[in-house]
Amino acid sequence: MNSSVIVFPGSNCDRDIAVALEKMQFKNQMVWHKETKLPKSDLIVVPGGFSYGDYLRSGAIAGKSLIINEVIRAANDGCLVLGICNGFQILTETGLLKGVLLRNQNLKFINKDINIKVINNDTKFSNKYKKDQVLKINIAHNEGNYFTNPDHLKELNNENLIAFRYCDENGVVNKDSNPNGSLENIAGIFNSKKNILGMMPHPERMVDNLISNTDAVNLFSSLLN
Amino acid sequence: MKITNQVVEKHGLKTEEYSSIKKLLKREPNLLELGIFSAMWNEHCSYKSSRKHLKNLPTKGKQVIQGPGENAGVIDIGDDDAIVFKIESHNHPSYIEPYQGAATGVGGILRDVFTMGARPIALLNSIHFGSPDHFKTKSLLNGVVSGIGGYGNCIGIPTVAGETKFNSTYNENILVNAMAVGHAKKDKIFYSKAKGLNKSVVYVGSKTGRDGIHGASMASAEFDENSEEKKPTVQVGDPFTEKLLMEACLELMKDNSIISIQDMGAAGLTSSSVEMASKGELGIEIHLDKVPCREENMTPYEMMLSESQERMLIILEDGKEKHAKEIFKKWDLDFVVIGKTTDTNKLILKYNNIIEGEIPINALASKAPIYDRKWIKKKLTKSKVDIKKLKKIKIEDALIKILSSANHSNKKWITNQYDQMVMCDTAQKSGSDAAIIRIHGKEKAIAVSVDSSANYCKAHPITGGKQIVCENWRNLISVGARPIAITNCLNFGNPENPEIMGEFAECLLGIKESCEFLNYPVVSGNVSFYNGTNKKNISPTPVIGGIGLISKFKKPINHQFKKNNSTILLIGKTFGHLEQSVFLEEIYSISDGQPPEINLVNEKNNGENILEIIKNNLVNSVHDVSNGGLIIALAEMSMGSNYGVKINKPKKLTNLLKYFFGEDQSRYVLEVDKNNLGKVEKILKNNNIFYENIGSTQKDYFEIQGELKIDIKELYKINDRWYNNY
Repeated sequence: MNSSVIVFPGSNCDRDIAVALEKMQFKNQMVWHKETKLPKSDLIVVPGGFSYGDYLRSGAIAGKSLIINEVIRAANDGCLVLGICNGFQILTETGLLKGVLLRNQNLKFINKDINIKVINNDTKFSNKYKKDQVLKINIAHNEGNYFTNPDHLKELNNENLIAFRYCDENGVVNKDSNPNGSLENIAGIFNSKKNILGMMPHPERMVDNLISNTDAVNLFSSLLN
Repeated sequence: MKITNQVVEKHGLKTEEYSSIKKLLKREPNLLELGIFSAMWNEHCSYKSSRKHLKNLPTKGKQVIQGPGENAGVIDIGDDDAIVFKIESHNHPSYIEPYQGAATGVGGILRDVFTMGARPIALLNSIHFGSPDHFKTKSLLNGVVSGIGGYGNCIGIPTVAGETKFNSTYNENILVNAMAVGHAKKDKIFYSKAKGLNKSVVYVGSKTGRDGIHGASMASAEFDENSEEKKPTVQVGDPFTEKLLMEACLELMKDNSIISIQDMGAAGLTSSSVEMASKGELGIEIHLDKVPCREENMTPYEMMLSESQERMLIILEDGKEKHAKEIFKKWDLDFVVIGKTTDTNKLILKYNNIIEGEIPINALASKAPIYDRKWIKKKLTKSKVDIKKLKKIKIEDALIKILSSANHSNKKWITNQYDQMVMCDTAQKSGSDAAIIRIHGKEKAIAVSVDSSANYCKAHPITGGKQIVCENWRNLISVGARPIAITNCLNFGNPENPEIMGEFAECLLGIKESCEFLNYPVVSGNVSFYNGTNKKNISPTPVIGGIGLISKFKKPINHQFKKNNSTILLIGKTFGHLEQSVFLEEIYSISDGQPPEINLVNEKNNGENILEIIKNNLVNSVHDVSNGGLIIALAEMSMGSNYGVKINKPKKLTNLLKYFFGEDQSRYVLEVDKNNLGKVEKILKNNNIFYENIGSTQKDYFEIQGELKIDIKELYKINDRWYNNY
C-alpha cells in the first residue's frame, strides 16, 4: 500500500508516523508542503506537530497551504486520509471534517496515556479491532477539545461516524475519563463517506512494545486489510 | 555620547575594568565599543570569577570527545555514535518574565546542541521556586512550566526528566536550568573555531530585534526592587523558527559546507563573532547594514547587543554560498553574508562602509579580566539533633506529611504538560530515577538525570558537592546505565561576597573529588552567579546533569515493584543520619547539622555491582535511597504499582524514625525474585557489599510490621494531591 506523509515546516511527528508506516510495510513517501502534486497514494497522513507554528489558530494556515488543495482533491476522490492531532485540526480547518478543536478544558497542554474505545469497527481504519475494544494510547495536545453543532453531533451518532471515545481502562465513558473536555468524549471522527479519519491520540506512538505498547498496530493493519 | 562614569556603571563595568579597557584600546571606547566590552566582560560570558576554580575539574576521559569550552560537551557512546549535551541557566530572565524566560532557556540550550551537528533527542530541566506560600510562586511556577512545555512541545523534542523544588531561599530569585541532549555521528561534529582568511561570515535564522539588549549583563547582577524594569532585557522565543533553523542547519551539515558555526546566545552577534574569531586566532569584519532587522532604524549598538533568539553565525567554505542559501530559502529563513574573516585580529564593525567600532579580539576574549576572588571556608556547625528530645510523631503520620508536601508530591501536574513521547524513542519517562532514550534505530539507549541538593550544599559545601555527583550517578545506575559524563549548572549568589565565593570553591572541590573517583568527567557547564536580591543570596545550588549508556537495551528497568512476594534487599549500611534530612525539615522545620558523609569507595563498589546485577537480569526493580530515606524509597516503589511491601522491624538500629527516615548515602533497594536471590547474594557477598533482607512485596498494602498498614492506592492519592490543590 502506498502512503504519503505531508510535511509542514513545523510538523514534528512526521518521522514518527513514517517509521510506524514502514514498520507496518507501507510504501511511504514524504511530501513537502510547497509541493503542488501528490504522488500516487492509497493513504495520505497529515501528521502531528505545529504545522506553521500555530500561533494563529491550530492548523489555520496549513488549511490554506499549497499541498492541502491536493489533499482535498484526493480525499474527495475517495483516497484514505488520516489526520493525527495537528493533522485532525488541519482537516477541520479545510472542512474535510466538520467541527472544531477547542483548547483543552484545563487550558493546559496534556501529554499522557489515556484510554479510548473503538466505537465503529466497520471501517477501513478499524476493521481489525473488536467493537468497544479499549486501547491505551498517548495524547499530546493543547487543543483537543472537540466541539460541533447539535445537527452534526446527531449525524455523527446516527451515521456511526464516531471512531473513538475517551474512556477509562474498563471502557466506561464519562466525565472522569475525558481528558480535555471533548463533546461526548469524542477522540476521533470519520467523514460521512468514512474515508477520512481525524483523531487526537497518536497511533504512531503505540506500535513498539519497548517504548509503549502495540495497541495501534491494528489501525495500520486494518488499512492494509 | 560621552562616556561618563555613570554610563560605565550602567554597563555593569567597574571603574578599574574601564581603565583596563582604555589601556587595551589605547584610547577611550565609543558607546558601541563600550557596549561590546560590557557584553563580553560580564560574569555570564567571561566566567571571570569562576574560571580559576573551574579549571580544577576533571574534564578528560576515554569517552570524552570534547570537554568544556565549546557550545556543548561531546562523548563517545560506541560505534559511530556521539552524544552532545549541556545544561544552562536562565534564572534571571525567568524571574522577570517566567514564560519567555523559561522558553528561551530551552531554545538557547537546544541551539548549543544542534550547532554542534547533533539532532536533539531529549530535554531536561531543574527548576527551583520560592516557598509555595510566597505570593509570586504560583504564577512563576505556572509561567515557567508552560514556557518550558511551550517551547519543547512545539519544536518536537521530548522533555523527559527533571526536578522541581520549593524553598524560601528562592523567593526572590528562582532557578530555571535547562539541559539538552543530542545525538550526532562521531565524525560529523561541528565546532566554533574559525579557519581561513576571507571566508564568508553568514547570518542565518530570525531577524534581529530590540529584545534582550543587555540580557547577559542583566544576568550578571543582583536583583533589587526595580527588577521589573528589566523586562525589556528578556528575549522572546519563537520555537517554530527554531525548528526551521534546526532542520536547515542539520540539512546543511550533511556535507562539507561549514567551516565553523556558532549560535547567537547570550550577547548575541557580539559573542558569537568574537568567539569564532578568537578560537581561530583571526579577525572578523562585519557590515552591520546587512544584518536583517525586525525593526526600523536599529543602531549598530542595538544590533550588536540584541539577544533576539533563533539566530546563527556560520563561516562557509568557498563556493558553498549558493547551495547553503537554497537550503535556508527552502526553510523560509534569512541568509545573508554579513562579513568575512580577516588577518587583522580585530573585530571591525562597519555601517555603510564607515567604521563604527574596532576592537582587538584578544581584548574581548583572552585579555578579559580574571579574578581570584577572596573566599573563606564554610563555618560548619557541629550540632546534632537528639531525636528523643523532639515531640513524638508516628511513622505513619510523618510518612503521610512528607508524601503530601510540595517537595515530595507526585509531579504529574508538571510532566503532563510536556510532550515526553514525541520522537518515539522515550523508553522511560519522568518519575523514574532516570529517563531512558533509545538511540534511534539502534539497539542502545542512554539514561539521563538531573539532580541537586541545595540543603546539603548549604550545610557543608564539600560534602554537598560530592553528594550530588553521587546521587546523579546512582540514578543512572538504578536504570541499568553505565554513567559516562556530566554537565553542571552552578547556581550561586554574589561572588564578590567571600562567603558565597567560599561556597562555590568548596562545592567545586566536592564535585571534583567525586568525579575523579567515579571516573565521571565534566564535559560542559555553565555558571550563574548573582542569584539573589538586595544582598540576600540563594543557597548554593549546583545542578548535575548526567548521561549513562545502556549498550544492549532490551527492556527498561525502573523503580516500581513488579511481582508479588519477591524479596526486598537494602544495599548499603544504614546508620540513621537525620541531620539535613527531609524528615527534620518537613516535620520539625529543623535545618541544623551536617549532611550525611559519603564513602566513595562504597559508592563505587555498590554502584558497579548493582549494574552487574541488573545486566544479568537478576532484579525486578531497583531504586536508589535518597531524600526522605528508606521509607520514602519504598513508598515510591509501591505507588503506581500493584504491589506494596511488608517490611520487618530492623534488628539492629532501634530507633525506627532514624532507620526509616535517615539519609545515609550509597544505598539502593532491590526487588529480587526468590529464585534469583542466591545469585544476587553471591555477587553481593563476593564483593563485600553490605546488605539486608528487609522484607517482601505483597499485594495492595504498604506495611511495616507492627507499625503501619496503608492501602497503596490511598498512598498514591495522598502523593497526588498537592499540585492539584495548589
